[in-house]
Amino acid sequence: MIQTGLISSLLKGLLVPLCTYAILAVSLNLTVGILGELSLGHAGFMCVGAFSGAFFTNVMADAIPGTGVRLFLALLIGAAVAGIFGVLIGIPVLRLKGDYLAIVTLAFGEIIKNLINTMYVGVDAGGLHFSIKDTTSLGLDETGVVIIKGPQGITGTPKAATFTIGILVLLITVFIVLNLINSRSGRAIMAIRDNRIAAESIGIPVTRFKLMAFSISAALAGAAGVLYAHNLSSLAATTNNFGYNKSIAILVFVVLGGLGSVRGSIIAAVILTLLPELLRGLNDYRMLIYAIVLIVMMI
Amino acid sequence: MKKRLLSLSLAALMAASMTACGGSSSSSSETTAAAAEAATEAAGDDSAEAAEEPAAEGGAFKIGVIGPLTGAAAAYGVGVANGADLAVKEINAAGGINGYQVELNSQDDEHDPEKSVNAYNTLKDWGAQMIVGSVTSKPCIAVVAETSADNMFQITPSGSAVECISGDNAFRVCFSDPSQGKASAQYIGENGLATKVGIIYDSSTEYSSGIREAFVTEAANQGLEIVADEAFTADSATDFSVQLDKMNEAGAELVFLPIYYQEASIILKQASDKEFAPIFFGVDGMDGILTVDNFDTSLAEGVMLLTPFSTTEEGSLQFTEDYVAAYGEEPNQFAADSYDAIYAIKAAAEQAGVTPDMSYSDICDALKVAMTEISIDGLTGDNMTWDASGETGKAPKAVKIVDGVYEMQ
Repeated sequence: MIQTGLISSLLKGLLVPLCTYAILAVSLNLTVGILGELSLGHAGFMCVGAFSGAFFTNVMADAIPGTGVRLFLALLIGAAVAGIFGVLIGIPVLRLKGDYLAIVTLAFGEIIKNLINTMYVGVDAGGLHFSIKDTTSLGLDETGVVIIKGPQGITGTPKAATFTIGILVLLITVFIVLNLINSRSGRAIMAIRDNRIAAESIGIPVTRFKLMAFSISAALAGAAGVLYAHNLSSLAATTNNFGYNKSIAILVFVVLGGLGSVRGSIIAAVILTLLPELLRGLNDYRMLIYAIVLIVMMI
Repeated sequence: MKKRLLSLSLAALMAASMTACGGSSSSSSETTAAAAEAATEAAGDDSAEAAEEPAAEGGAFKIGVIGPLTGAAAAYGVGVANGADLAVKEINAAGGINGYQVELNSQDDEHDPEKSVNAYNTLKDWGAQMIVGSVTSKPCIAVVAETSADNMFQITPSGSAVECISGDNAFRVCFSDPSQGKASAQYIGENGLATKVGIIYDSSTEYSSGIREAFVTEAANQGLEIVADEAFTADSATDFSVQLDKMNEAGAELVFLPIYYQEASIILKQASDKEFAPIFFGVDGMDGILTVDNFDTSLAEGVMLLTPFSTTEEGSLQFTEDYVAAYGEEPNQFAADSYDAIYAIKAAAEQAGVTPDMSYSDICDALKVAMTEISIDGLTGDNMTWDASGETGKAPKAVKIVDGVYEMQ
């Protein structure tokens, strides 16, 4: 259909973001809907995935010429790094419940964003150089390239993400999440959500299953971050794209689509991403109308 | 499934045609005509080649503007949209470009790279043949990757990061961040303003840290000694006593402020409270310091800044008057940059002899060459020329604030 021109440029440009947001919504649904813990730091994991994936792609630009292969590896790396962060954050944080957990995850998202904004990483013949001051203090030789430039982020990531790759990653995500929900572990996780004490009394290791759901959710968000990074040539950690605004936007997708409903999350993510773009015709009123539509849908 | 996608794409086309209605703030007769035209186009060739070959019907040049019309950076985006609107109205009143009228469509990007690409795609659906934008650096970097893949002509009024014009289809009106830092150091060094220099910069914006880095590099060549180099971030931009004390202790004769005017106004106030009076030297972000609310302009007395534009300068009086009459506010430097961008497009289009019935890719190929051959006297510089890399060759102007107005140096 793209060849025949049935899809407008706007929609064509939105295909990959739609997949990205659908993946984010599905993965957050795992934490919020299935595990029953309110997490407000989902954009933080997306940020970790985006930066580690884009970093890998740029470092390996010479070593691995094929962008497709690099994107595949970047997806794995982004997911793995975000998953590791998920475990690291999960161990202390999952002892908390309800509002406290929400606040700590919110803080995590902000910390990640600010950390990346102070980081300068360059690479030259001698290996990686790291600084938290500025690019001149990296001490690169003449072959050196600065990859992460603090607040300027990473620029020049090739636009490797296509709709095919996006939809594949989305399908894999849905496959993982649905299989998890319907498995023995999934039932254990839902048992913890419904009644933690009862679940503990019949011998379910609560911490292990909570950590499992949380880190899988984080890893999938990391993969979505890699897609995001490979769709835009400029990547920087700002409040708009990786701050709490984005975390809450993803939470809105999940809540609107229905807690625990994978299909609902995807539909809500697609509608709410498309809506502000399709309302462009209304100019200044579009934000107003978008807000009203949101409220009406919630009711 | 196919039907649903078709109806979705039709909806998108509808949306694109509707934007033509309200693109400019004043709905003049051309824009309503444009809306009708775009609507018939949307209805007519949705099945054929809407995405690939838009606006093939000749009649008017279509220029798209991308910028933050809402959100925190809205002041810049609105300035650019208004400046472009004013220039287009003047050009249309004077007979258009090569005898063809010009249509303008401004799209909001909320200062977000992702939204900026969406805005660009929306403009492409509308049939834009040239792009003025994006206004801010990060969105501009994202958009330039798209335009260079499409071979669409792009000129950014104010995207100052180096990578903003990485494609050969992209040009800019403002200075790049490094060139401003370098020019500042050279100006200070050549005019012997000081040898001991302190810097206060905002490490959380690429604008400020980019200028600072180039300044530090060039300062060494100019024999300037950096005695204090202090950073702040957007979160700590309300109190600068620590930084000023360090400048004072280190004996800085000149304090370089590569920052925006809001923070600079606080620094000037606090420095005067401490009776610390070095020369303050700013860059184009300092432009606007005299318009800050509740700011005692006598504090800015003697401040020097490199700026491409001032409202009180002789060449810009007429522009300022027209702008205030049309939009009810003083134009900022962004408005002037965008006004110049439209006139640069006009000059290049006349040089190349392009017509609106050419595809955007052909127009881009012609304009790319023509841009390097033209020279215009704009609001932000005389004899502005461009080289193939897209950088402008104008010289920065240094001004000093004397008796509350800019005085050219």
